[in-house]
Amino acid sequence: MTTTALVSLSALRKIYNAGQPNEQEVLHGIDLTLQPGEFTALIGPSGSGKSTLLNILGLLESASDGVYRLNGDDVTLLDDDARTRARHATLGFIFQFHHLLPAFSALENVMLPAMMGGEGAQADTRQRAEGLLDAVGLRDAYHKKPAALSGGMQQRVAIARALIRAPRLVLADEPTGNLDTRSSDGIFELLRRFNREQGTAFMVVTHDPRLAARCDRIIELVDGRIATDRANVPVT
Amino acid sequence: MTGGFEFIVALRFLREGRMQTALIIGGAAVGVGVIYFITAILTGVQGDLIRRVTGSQPHVVVKPLDEIAVPLIAPTDSAPRAASVQARPQRLTTIDGWPALLQRAEASPGVLAVAPVASGGALAVKGDSTRSVIITGTDLHRYLRVVRLDDKVVQGALRLEAGDALIGIDLAKDLGALPGDRFRVQSSDGRGEVFQIRALLDMGSRDLNRRTVYIALRPAQSLLNISGRITSIDVGARDFMQAAEVAARLRALTGLQAESWTQTNAQVFTALGNQTIMTRLIRLFVAIVVVLGIASVLVVSVVQKRKEIGILRAVGATSGQMQRVFLLQGAVVGFAGALTGTAFGLLLVAVFSGILRSASGTPLFVLEFDFNLMFVVLAVATVLGVVASVLPARNAARLDPAQAIRA
Repeated sequence: MTTTALVSLSALRKIYNAGQPNEQEVLHGIDLTLQPGEFTALIGPSGSGKSTLLNILGLLESASDGVYRLNGDDVTLLDDDARTRARHATLGFIFQFHHLLPAFSALENVMLPAMMGGEGAQADTRQRAEGLLDAVGLRDAYHKKPAALSGGMQQRVAIARALIRAPRLVLADEPTGNLDTRSSDGIFELLRRFNREQGTAFMVVTHDPRLAARCDRIIELVDGRIATDRANVPVT
Repeated sequence: MTGGFEFIVALRFLREGRMQTALIIGGAAVGVGVIYFITAILTGVQGDLIRRVTGSQPHVVVKPLDEIAVPLIAPTDSAPRAASVQARPQRLTTIDGWPALLQRAEASPGVLAVAPVASGGALAVKGDSTRSVIITGTDLHRYLRVVRLDDKVVQGALRLEAGDALIGIDLAKDLGALPGDRFRVQSSDGRGEVFQIRALLDMGSRDLNRRTVYIALRPAQSLLNISGRITSIDVGARDFMQAAEVAARLRALTGLQAESWTQTNAQVFTALGNQTIMTRLIRLFVAIVVVLGIASVLVVSVVQKRKEIGILRAVGATSGQMQRVFLLQGAVVGFAGALTGTAFGLLLVAVFSGILRSASGTPLFVLEFDFNLMFVVLAVATVLGVVASVLPARNAARLDPAQAIRA
């Protein structure tokens, strides 16, 4: 199984300020495997290490100890540039506060990750970006700046941006955290649809048990350890 | 082509921080404008000064060696012979066999033209007034290529046959004479001759205008009692800045003294050098101020854009790409600053060319489109912009994306 796993973590630890008086161990030996196309919820109380785990999975931070394999490759000790390349090739991000670039239109925000790889000038990149914005229901907002969009709309743009390079895994940190119930439902429905249609794996951090109940698998993190990890039959 | 991404983001960042961008481009523009302006002033002032100094005198003068009193018994350390040696008075010394020397000097590299000169002190007399003058006897045809007398004529026409004279305008006033009038030149030993004034000259300084009398070579030789000989060879160099080198060559060639205008006007020449150094220093400090200005704005910009840099990094931008985004911003600011600064500088020059005038009343400098200078300024400013952004760009590249997003 592990050879085909999308993500495999073994005995992964994260220690902040190692060797200093304020040393803090946030993750105490995480073992975790994610399969391609899995839709997983990551839940747990504040300070349990969810965001740190997500950042390590997203190659934004590196682990202090243990092994992280992504697509079968050991990415634990890669340097900054190699981690950036791996992130660019395999991963997509959705943040709680949308995090769009205010100086760029919705369409440009979606195209940005593709432009970095030098694909910006190609017409099909633009078409894909437009297709994604259409899919998240923003056909009329291509050229609007983020400030002119509602919170829910901004998060839809962020979803389209996360998907532009067809990543194998999308990491979402409380993607509906500051949206009302109706918007949250819509956003969540979108994520599930992309998961179904394109086989993209999702790891969604959430505080909302209602949303967790709609995932295939629920992992609960408590004090930096996996407390429970169970399969779930999603409610619809 | 990944450069497109960095360039687009750099331009957007600059456009987003509109006020900051405008201020820093304005700052760079003022710096560039000032550099243009002081360069124009310096060029004008120095050009004016050099024209005045070199316009009325030859670039190099070849003349006989000074006569020095040499004690017959050389002093030694143990037996000094004389406490002091009195310098002997200088006679009017002359160059023998000058036609051959003239030809060899003319063929020497860097020499444009040469003229034989017989020169010495004399008195100019007309009616009741007598003035002390310096007569310069020469071959006008040759001399005009050494010193341009044609643009110094105030009244009359250039002509220098045996009985003709060209005199300074203040001398003419002192003597109460006009072109066509005759006056008498008398030497210290009583020889005298009458000349007709053909033209009045403005030599650029009152002193010269009071003392200058040009006559033909032969009458000068007979007045000074040095028939057949001359007192100096006046030389025009192809490049007046090379006068010292030309003088050195002529010294070796003739075995005589050769003085360049830079030696005879050592104070002026030193002043010119100091001016140039001062101007370079001012330019250097203005450039440093501009670089610091651009750098400080970009440092602040990196802090302001922390989160955006973090997002770009998270969605796949490398640290190298983020570094280039800020280097490009520096380059764009430098280039735009130089472009507006060029316009500003030319405006300053245009305005002040009507106000600042040289002693002779002509504008000190004129509006000139020196495209080479503009190209250099644009290139240098762009490079300085990049230099200014090295530190901010490094900050941007080092930003930890995880922390930047959390903040």
